[in-house]
Amino acid sequence: MSLLPEPRPILEMRGISKSFPGVKALRHVDLSVYAGEVHALMGENGAGKSTLMKVLAGAFRADPGGEIRIGGNPVRIDDPLAAKRHGIAIIYQELALAPNLTVAENIYLGRELSRSGVADRRGMIDGARSVLDRLGAPFAPDSLVAGLSIAERQMVEIARALHAESKILVMDEPTTALSSRETDALFALIRRLRADGLAIVYISHRMAEVYELADRVSVLRDGGCVGSLTRDEILPDVIVRMMVGRDLSSFYKKEHGSGVHNEPILRVTGLGDGRRVQACSFTLHAGEVLGLAGLVGAGRTELARLIYGADVKSSGTIELAGRTVRIASPEQAIEAGLVYLTEDRKGLGLFLDMPVAANINLGVIGRDARFGGLLDRARGWQRAVEAIQTLGIRVASPAVEVGSLSGGNQQKVMLSRLLETRPKVLILDEPTRGVDIGAKSEIYRIIDELAKAGVGILVISSELPEIVGIADRVIVMREGRLVGEVSGGAITQESVIALAVGEGARA
Amino acid sequence: MTEKGALMANTEPTGVVPLRRTRLKGWMRTVGMLPVLVILCILIQAGTLYFNGEGRFLSAQNLSIVLQQAAINTVLGAGMTFVILTGGIDLSVGSILAAAAMTSVTASLDYGSLGIPVALLTGLLFGLLNGVLIAFVRLPPFIVTLGSMTAVRGIARLWGNDTTVFNPELPFAGISSGSVPIVPGYVELPGLAAIALVVIGLSWFILRRTVLGVRIYAVGGNPDAARLSGIKVWVVLLFVYAASGLLAGLGGAMSAARLYAANGLQLGQSYELDAIAAVILGGTSFVGGIGSIWGTLIGALIIAVLSNGLILLGVSDIWQLIVKGLVIIGAVALDRYRLRGSART
Repeated sequence: MSLLPEPRPILEMRGISKSFPGVKALRHVDLSVYAGEVHALMGENGAGKSTLMKVLAGAFRADPGGEIRIGGNPVRIDDPLAAKRHGIAIIYQELALAPNLTVAENIYLGRELSRSGVADRRGMIDGARSVLDRLGAPFAPDSLVAGLSIAERQMVEIARALHAESKILVMDEPTTALSSRETDALFALIRRLRADGLAIVYISHRMAEVYELADRVSVLRDGGCVGSLTRDEILPDVIVRMMVGRDLSSFYKKEHGSGVHNEPILRVTGLGDGRRVQACSFTLHAGEVLGLAGLVGAGRTELARLIYGADVKSSGTIELAGRTVRIASPEQAIEAGLVYLTEDRKGLGLFLDMPVAANINLGVIGRDARFGGLLDRARGWQRAVEAIQTLGIRVASPAVEVGSLSGGNQQKVMLSRLLETRPKVLILDEPTRGVDIGAKSEIYRIIDELAKAGVGILVISSELPEIVGIADRVIVMREGRLVGEVSGGAITQESVIALAVGEGARA
Repeated sequence: MTEKGALMANTEPTGVVPLRRTRLKGWMRTVGMLPVLVILCILIQAGTLYFNGEGRFLSAQNLSIVLQQAAINTVLGAGMTFVILTGGIDLSVGSILAAAAMTSVTASLDYGSLGIPVALLTGLLFGLLNGVLIAFVRLPPFIVTLGSMTAVRGIARLWGNDTTVFNPELPFAGISSGSVPIVPGYVELPGLAAIALVVIGLSWFILRRTVLGVRIYAVGGNPDAARLSGIKVWVVLLFVYAASGLLAGLGGAMSAARLYAANGLQLGQSYELDAIAAVILGGTSFVGGIGSIWGTLIGALIIAVLSNGLILLGVSDIWQLIVKGLVIIGAVALDRYRLRGSART
């Protein structure tokens, strides 16, 4: 449905690269967006979508050599204010509103109207009302944002963008927290904005939405632009192939025999928390590496935390090695032989100010203690020295603070804390996130050896090649539910992502 | 902000951290404010030499007074160290001290030396109450102990009908008036100072040699990670507030022994602030997880030396307040400066 002759794009990004030390997050990405179109941006987690949009928003500064043009004129976007000045508005997944202020105050935030220093409330409410009317918003400009639903808050963000006379609107996964009715309303609104001539960049994982809404799709993979499709070329399987298309399988280690036919070690039945996780049932066998795939926000971490007792369950049972166990807290889980490696190493995992030795021993100091509470320091030191050796942690001494180690070494310290408790079941949440290539392959080796030793391992990962490379069987989660399973030779990136985005019932 | 986060995730060195730097940092942390204390002593000694013609500060008699004066604050500071290491605060120790002194002196009138356990029990009771409200009801420590500071002060006044209770024959006055010979015939440690040292020693043992101690640091360093790694956070919180209360009770007994009396209105007023100041001066981080009991001892000594020295130099009590306040602010500035170099962001 291209309009001939093509008008000039309102936004052109050319040859945008962004390197972080050790990582090339974007390489020579081109993106052209026209006024009056919805341009979908797709790609796996970590493909570079967010980085690209952060460059556009002025949150990241791109490497020299690239160029951004707005309406044909080259511009420099060095900070968020510059982005705003050039008419770019970004609506992030985590909405950036002040809940304690009114809708009007939020719309005028940073640009408050005033008469000789006194806030002009009347004027702001009137100004906000005209924008809200244009959007057909069902709430008043003087209502508090705290009382609005997520969908309504999104509308406030859109109103703020319109009010600032933005020409380019970027929406990052706007439907994640919306009901289907709210989604329909949002789509209607987006279509109206498109008709008004706005350029809309729409980041989404959901094939159905992209199919319904997008005029064009650009696909990113590994920080590079794979290609753009126009409306009539958009086909789900084409996009999936573009998103995946690579082979890294030799990098992974899988020497343990498939544990699929061993006896079950963990059986989860009907587990749910009433919100983010619904009636999940699966079985993990001894010596098996079971992958848990799904998109970000599908509820994988929430499911793991429920099993581990970190959050409150509303339904479901857990059986460990054939016995039903009550796990209401992490201590009980550890006691039962089930441990969980968090995805948030610094926030939820490590004690950064404490030495490596203390971090490794924290889970077992109670068991090792003499006279019911005295530290066995020699034992702890020995454990630390051995763990450093077996896991190949690069550190000068166990007395070094863990906060000063690299990501990969921190990850191994965290892992060794779990392994010291001799678990029967290991849940690993993004075990290689923020870890360099070398440490990655070492972590795969450790996983492989644990499986050989008969530990049941559940691996949550957003990196498809990783899941495909190390898992004996993969279960896939979407919107809080387990929606499918693939095993053996049927595990491919295509089959897993198809289940994760909900295209096709069974691969 | 996001940029910084993402950059930091990727700029971590992959190499091995030089051990020497780590050692140096640890050493600086341990030594902490000791040089400040030494310099302060020298300055005051020089000052008294200059203004009074004789160095009155560094005499056995005066140093013994300084230790005696530092003792109660050291004991309260030890309890406060436990609490602040978990990232909490206990504002109620001054009031608890007053209440414990009241119950202690009253009990001593009828039951003699049982006054000491009565003081300890009083302190423990109020400390446990704080702990329960913080660990189970999950109220913020500042608010809980602000409330108990006020309420317990009221209870202390209520106990003696808002009068001063005396016991001129207080049976356990010896813990204050007596002394412990260190080098018999030459050096003696005042009784209260000896108690304070024992408390410091015990606290060090708990913090550095027991499982509980490691868990206190862990809870203060990262409460979420502590819970996820299977630590019973409530046990730790209950312990630290109970310990702080118990030590405030001990402080009450010490104070009663010194005065042969207790007064619910005046006793222990603003002691919590001196205890917090001692902990912070000692280099313990206000957000928890970093610090040592030795630092608290040095912090309490700095405060006592400062008060004593300013009196010797003839500085008015008004100026003493101003100087003390500035020293506390300076110390917190130092705390910030230290934290900047560590892994915490």
